[in-house]
Amino acid sequence: MGFAFTLFNSWQAETVKGDIPMTKQKVLLVGHGMVGQRFLEALADRGGLDHYDVTILCAESRPAYDRVGLTRYFTERDADALSLVPEGFMAQPGLTLKLSTRVREIDRDARVVITEAGERLDYDKLVLATGSYPFVPPIDGNDRPNCFVYRTLDDLDEIIAAADQARIGTVVGGGLLGLEAAKALHDLGLETHVVEFAPRLMAVQVDDLGGGLLKDKIEALGVTVHTNTGTRAIVDGEQHRHRMDFGEDRHLETDIIVFSAGIRPEDSLARACGLEVGERGGVVIDDYCVTSDPDIFAIGEVALWQGRIFGLVAPGYQMAETAAARLCADSEPSFQGADMSTKLKLMGVDVASVGDAHGQTPGARSAVFFDQSTGVYKKVVVSECGKKLLGAVLVGDANDYGNLLQLCLNRIDLPGEAAALIAPAAGDAPMLGADALPDSAQICSCNNVSKGALCAAIDDGATTVGDLKACTKASATCGGCAALVKQVLDSELAKRGVEVNNHVCEHFPYSRQEIYHLVRVGEIKTFDELLEKHGSGDGCDICKPLAASVLASCWNDYVLSKPHAGLQDTNDYFLGNMQRDGTYSIVPRVPGGEITPDKLIVLGEVAKKYDLYTKITGGQRVDLFGARVDQLPEIWKILVDAGFETGHAYGKSLRTVKSCVGSTWCRYGVKDSVGTAIQVEERYKGLRSPHKIKMAVSGCTRECAEAQSKDVGVIATDKGWNLYVCGNGGMRPRHADLLASDLSDEQLIRTIDRFLMFYIRTADRLQRTSVWLENLEGGLDYLKQVVLEDSLGIGEELEAQMQQVIDTYQCEWKTTVEDPQAVKRFKHFVNDDVADDNLHYVRERGQRRPAYEHERIELVQQEG
Amino acid sequence: MNSSVTLEWKAVCKVDEILPGTGVGVRLPEGQAALFRTRDGQLHALDNMDPFSRANVISRGLLGSLGGTRVVASPLYKQHFCLETGKCLEDETVSLTVYPVRLRGELVEVAVG
Repeated sequence: MGFAFTLFNSWQAETVKGDIPMTKQKVLLVGHGMVGQRFLEALADRGGLDHYDVTILCAESRPAYDRVGLTRYFTERDADALSLVPEGFMAQPGLTLKLSTRVREIDRDARVVITEAGERLDYDKLVLATGSYPFVPPIDGNDRPNCFVYRTLDDLDEIIAAADQARIGTVVGGGLLGLEAAKALHDLGLETHVVEFAPRLMAVQVDDLGGGLLKDKIEALGVTVHTNTGTRAIVDGEQHRHRMDFGEDRHLETDIIVFSAGIRPEDSLARACGLEVGERGGVVIDDYCVTSDPDIFAIGEVALWQGRIFGLVAPGYQMAETAAARLCADSEPSFQGADMSTKLKLMGVDVASVGDAHGQTPGARSAVFFDQSTGVYKKVVVSECGKKLLGAVLVGDANDYGNLLQLCLNRIDLPGEAAALIAPAAGDAPMLGADALPDSAQICSCNNVSKGALCAAIDDGATTVGDLKACTKASATCGGCAALVKQVLDSELAKRGVEVNNHVCEHFPYSRQEIYHLVRVGEIKTFDELLEKHGSGDGCDICKPLAASVLASCWNDYVLSKPHAGLQDTNDYFLGNMQRDGTYSIVPRVPGGEITPDKLIVLGEVAKKYDLYTKITGGQRVDLFGARVDQLPEIWKILVDAGFETGHAYGKSLRTVKSCVGSTWCRYGVKDSVGTAIQVEERYKGLRSPHKIKMAVSGCTRECAEAQSKDVGVIATDKGWNLYVCGNGGMRPRHADLLASDLSDEQLIRTIDRFLMFYIRTADRLQRTSVWLENLEGGLDYLKQVVLEDSLGIGEELEAQMQQVIDTYQCEWKTTVEDPQAVKRFKHFVNDDVADDNLHYVRERGQRRPAYEHERIELVQQEG
Repeated sequence: MNSSVTLEWKAVCKVDEILPGTGVGVRLPEGQAALFRTRDGQLHALDNMDPFSRANVISRGLLGSLGGTRVVASPLYKQHFCLETGKCLEDETVSLTVYPVRLRGELVEVAVG
């Protein structure tokens, strides 16, 4: 609350340390990495931009991006997807971002920073967030061509370019980043080696047994690991560009070398201007991130606090918050060190380390579980009294991480024997309920979100994990705490008397997923049967269409057959989209957006004959508006005769598969995107699902079909198809996630079959794939396990179900126009053949549209 | 509707022209009605004009019940109207006219007087 106090004292406040200046001051931020960006956000959140003009000097050519997620760049090749700067953020008054601007010198006496281009910028406060640089071991030949480091997007671009001409890639350093780099080289298709000086991988985080198991697992994936190996020199190779000489006649030939042997604080500017630095580098800071110069702060990996450098993003974020708070005259939070626990997935292997992983606390004892056959290693370190958890190592199965971390951080008395914490399936492991955690418990360490903050968000109305993620950022960075966030959510909602249910409505005490299973297992074929067996009352406009959709997903009967007729929303009942005047629109299927001139002429003739307003849709089809209910069958008769099928624009089902023209005509196209789009659209047309499904196929990486904004997006590569899922455009855009790469045609179809059917089985009502994935426990990794690795053993079943739906497809409009009984229903009046007399139109831009209310009144008066 | 006045009944259709659980539009001498046949065979008639969109679409709404009240949901903006009273559940200032209905033999009759 320094704020109100400060205003009160404003006349004397200017020079008093710890107060907010009343005239705007200049802040220079040197470095725009993850921590720098967090500092800006924290400052903005605290209202600091009202008091400071901040100029950001960023040496790189891109604004802050997610360095933790750097490896994603190898698969996605999309720098924008890694950006950490929210759209419009830099447009706020008070922020000026200078890219590609490297600082040459800090003149503390003049309080001026001089850039390499010679520009002089004065400051009142200076924030150093220069991060670190990769340590390259002093080996002869370490500066040869094709020797790289792994730190920036530019580094990655260079590695990608070099990989084209290379067959073998070697990473020097088997730590966390080294293994990430190895994965990247592996993904680039190189034969990959890791050379580590220490006797084990990830020497800082895991012990010998865990490191050994990690090595086995990584070697099983095709990466060769050389531990206990130091490189003496790098010289010309015989078969490959380099030969790495290990001594004692051992050597390795390789084309590319990536150094990832640790980081060093980027403190050269600070040294040069005489700020206090540590013996082994790092700018010395106090608990408020202030350096030896009271007007200069240092945050992140460049900062040295009590002799320690923190090489993780979470402590850097805490420093950013502290420095921002300090500038806003708040003394909280101060920086009090940080927990260095980590959990990550390295090449598909779960690895986690909590607290004192090596048992260095005096009197510490440990318990170990090691199963070589399943590849799981777990160790817990407990205090001498056996009551407190001090640390843990997990390899191969890190599901216990959240539980163990909370026990450790909050120093909670252990619920039982230490060994029971990691013993698998030997009775129920003593789980730590979310209730046992204090409000201060840190749930998300990446974004420093406490249980208390989650509870406050729940009080404000958050009811899903997605809500919490959006408003607190919990689980938004590494996702390691997602399961715990869900536990807190469920327990807190229950406490607030919110029944945690996803029942579809008052008539069925079940979720959509449960109803799906009831229908399938009980072989239920009609709504009445479902209601009688599992529901109550009459049903309603929620559960009836839901049941119709589930029945269609399972059995695929004609949607207008008598038992189903009363279940359909009007759009499904009349097989068109009702518009605001009660007439319908007509959207014939145009698979892949490819249409012959003859068919296009038919659409034009129909539109002309019935005076239908005509518009091209975003899904590469033609939408014809303004057909009266009694006109629908005759219009569709013409369309069906011309070879058109229904486009299901009215249904919760597959809409379109958009495509670019691909190799059919395009000089860049690498595959036949149109052909594949047509094949996919023909396969899944008519598939009833929890919500509409949109797809696209792009013929090359230029992505003209915008596949990454679709539920299912397919992009051609020179090796096959990359499959993206769960993207969304519209109201809540979401970039799709890469599910699988370089698929053959056959693999592509099988993977989509499984993905779609799994979604249909498990999603809630009206839940698009994007939201479904965000709420799916285990997220993308879990989805990959189910769809690609068949972890649930349901792969074949999903494919068989899909095949059944495909085999029973019928064009609903074709069936309808051929059935005189069905056609009868398309009347406005049961007792008269005349049309609705309440339809009024005006002409605009050469076509008609329904009159607005004020126009209608005039029209009625004129007619009357 | 004054009960002392004799109602004028108009036959509009056969009952089996309405599928159970659905509705049809009915042309009256003045205006339009939406005629519904519930799953258990009850008949109800309301104004066909949706007061929120001013389109004649109520007959195409889905039938159901909410907390024991039998309702039809407008197909455009999904407000619910009580089949018995015509009252809108979401906005008590709005209601639909209710027409008396009866079944004579297999003919459905709506009172228009």
